[in-house]
Amino acid sequence: MSAPLLRVENLRTYFHTAEGVVRAVDGVSFTLGPGETLGIVGESGCGKTVACLSILRLIDPPGRIEPDSRISLRDRDLTAASEGEMRSVRGNEISMIFQEPMTSLNPVWTIGDQIAEALRTHRSARPAEARRRAAEMLRLVGIPNPEQRLDEYPHQFSGGMRQRAMIAMALACDPSVLIADEPTTALDVTIQAEILDLLARLQEQLGMGLIFVSHDLGIIAQIADRVIVMYAGQVVESGTADELFGRPRHPYSEGLLRATPRVGRRMRRLSVIPGSVASPKRWPPGCRFHPRCPYAWSRCREDVPPLPGEARASRCWLEEEPARRTGGWDELALAEDH
Amino acid sequence: MTAYIVRRLIQAIPLLLGIVTLVFVIVHAAPGDPTAMYVHPSVSPEVIEQMRENWGLDRPIHIQYLRWLRSFLTGDLGVSLTQNRPIVSILAERIPNTLILSGTSLVLIFAIGIAIGIVQAVRQHSTLDHTLTLSALFIYSMPSFWLGLMLILVFAHKAHLLDWWPAALTFPASGMTSVDYDLMSGWGKLGDRLHHLVLPSIALGVASAASVARYMRSSMLEVIRQDYIRTARAKGLPERTVILKHALKNALLPIITLLGLYLPFLFSGAVLVEYVFAWPGMGRTIVDAISQRDYPLVMATSFIFAVMVVIANLIADILYAVVDPRIRYE
Repeated sequence: MSAPLLRVENLRTYFHTAEGVVRAVDGVSFTLGPGETLGIVGESGCGKTVACLSILRLIDPPGRIEPDSRISLRDRDLTAASEGEMRSVRGNEISMIFQEPMTSLNPVWTIGDQIAEALRTHRSARPAEARRRAAEMLRLVGIPNPEQRLDEYPHQFSGGMRQRAMIAMALACDPSVLIADEPTTALDVTIQAEILDLLARLQEQLGMGLIFVSHDLGIIAQIADRVIVMYAGQVVESGTADELFGRPRHPYSEGLLRATPRVGRRMRRLSVIPGSVASPKRWPPGCRFHPRCPYAWSRCREDVPPLPGEARASRCWLEEEPARRTGGWDELALAEDH
Repeated sequence: MTAYIVRRLIQAIPLLLGIVTLVFVIVHAAPGDPTAMYVHPSVSPEVIEQMRENWGLDRPIHIQYLRWLRSFLTGDLGVSLTQNRPIVSILAERIPNTLILSGTSLVLIFAIGIAIGIVQAVRQHSTLDHTLTLSALFIYSMPSFWLGLMLILVFAHKAHLLDWWPAALTFPASGMTSVDYDLMSGWGKLGDRLHHLVLPSIALGVASAASVARYMRSSMLEVIRQDYIRTARAKGLPERTVILKHALKNALLPIITLLGLYLPFLFSGAVLVEYVFAWPGMGRTIVDAISQRDYPLVMATSFIFAVMVVIANLIADILYAVVDPRIRYE
């Protein structure tokens, strides 16, 4: 594989609140190559969004990216960049789109202005030039009558159209990395499919690296080349989409896959992972997943399992003691039924 | 939009009619009448009675009301009973003076209030924020007439007694112009007028500016947390643009409501401040008219105040549509 475009090493983002330190992202590492799609999966509260915002250094106090974290874009260390340098990266080299298209656009400025703004800032484009390019972008994301829609306001756009406009805005300056944080979660299923197709098409066309965050495994399976699974602020498993969805190794990924309904598979009921993500103020000792894990034994409660540095890896003691993989989720579900 | 404005103005007619009727009733319910001004040992009761008859004050109140209404509707505001001159000419002389004072205050209130509110929101929880909050509460608690007196005491009176006090910080205590105003050049006249405006407009506006700052701060803090602000930052815009373009326009929406609310407040404040600073405006005219029971003048001045308030609210509603594209008036 070619040299990575974006490399995140040991990213730790902590929120230093009055009640204690919230370790929202705690030692996350991954790489993204040009033209590659990296899926990030995990439940709400596992640190996906904070990790993405950290890449752009958009974390507000009391949040802070801890000192030995490293984020590099090609050869530039973004953690060491000045605020001015970061501004020239945001929306120019790395863009981001968000979950809520309804609230992510400014209601009192026109769509055209909000797209052209990035061009005026980063490319010092003249207003007429920026406007022409904005119309071009709207056409690229499949919005009909772009010239006319430039002068409309967000409330005149439907949810799907707004997300298209957000994508147009993010891509206006030809970024090499696009971070999409649950871009389809707030949309209807049919619109979701359209937006996914659009993103996949644009990625191919523009050759950018795409980080796609979702809690929806179906969507990740569809779009991602490689996947990392996050739990409690850490990466628990990584691999290609085929590997991960074909043969998950970490009990959490296993549980997530089981909790996904599938057409053609009859189930008595949808299985769930019992409990919820622990509070980031006090992660459980040992393996952070052990309170919810069906395989957990004494070692999991005491020792922190490592994540091997390979492309295909699982942060689990089962990697060392595979014989203990017995019973698991089926037994747990059975026990719950009785 | 034009249709909307016309409709609003038509709707204001019954409102204004209601207001003048109410004022008429209240002012006539107060004891005494304009002739009380002329009661004197050398004036015989017959003469007073004759005056009452001449002014129609001996008629039943509803007849008086209908007579007043008829002439009012035909555009005749009548003659002031105490100043013996047409009310139209009194208003023409006084209204501009009041508008100058309250207009200056209004600009001051919103310019200062909004600027301070933005600074406080951007620097939330800083020492500057806390200091400004405390001073805003302090200033807000001061009545305008008392503040006026204190300003006169410090910046007009004491300032003259201290040698080291900079001359630029001494201001006239009263009136709109200096005695030698007529001898000044064009720019000198403007400077003199502005010089006279400083203390009264501060006295009139500073409390409201403090409260606008409070509103602006919370409105801005609310807006800064919105998703579209994060979007703007993610676009790589400089912080200035994020705050002054993306946040400000949204944060101004609730502030526009204050514009409609503060104008009546400003006029009533002007009544006291004009007194303190001997400002020849509507405020003093209306207070004098009320205390002397100059019925036609009271009616005319309160009508003018009511009209200004109606217009201010209309302007506020129009501004909503200007700032927020989601609001459309048909």
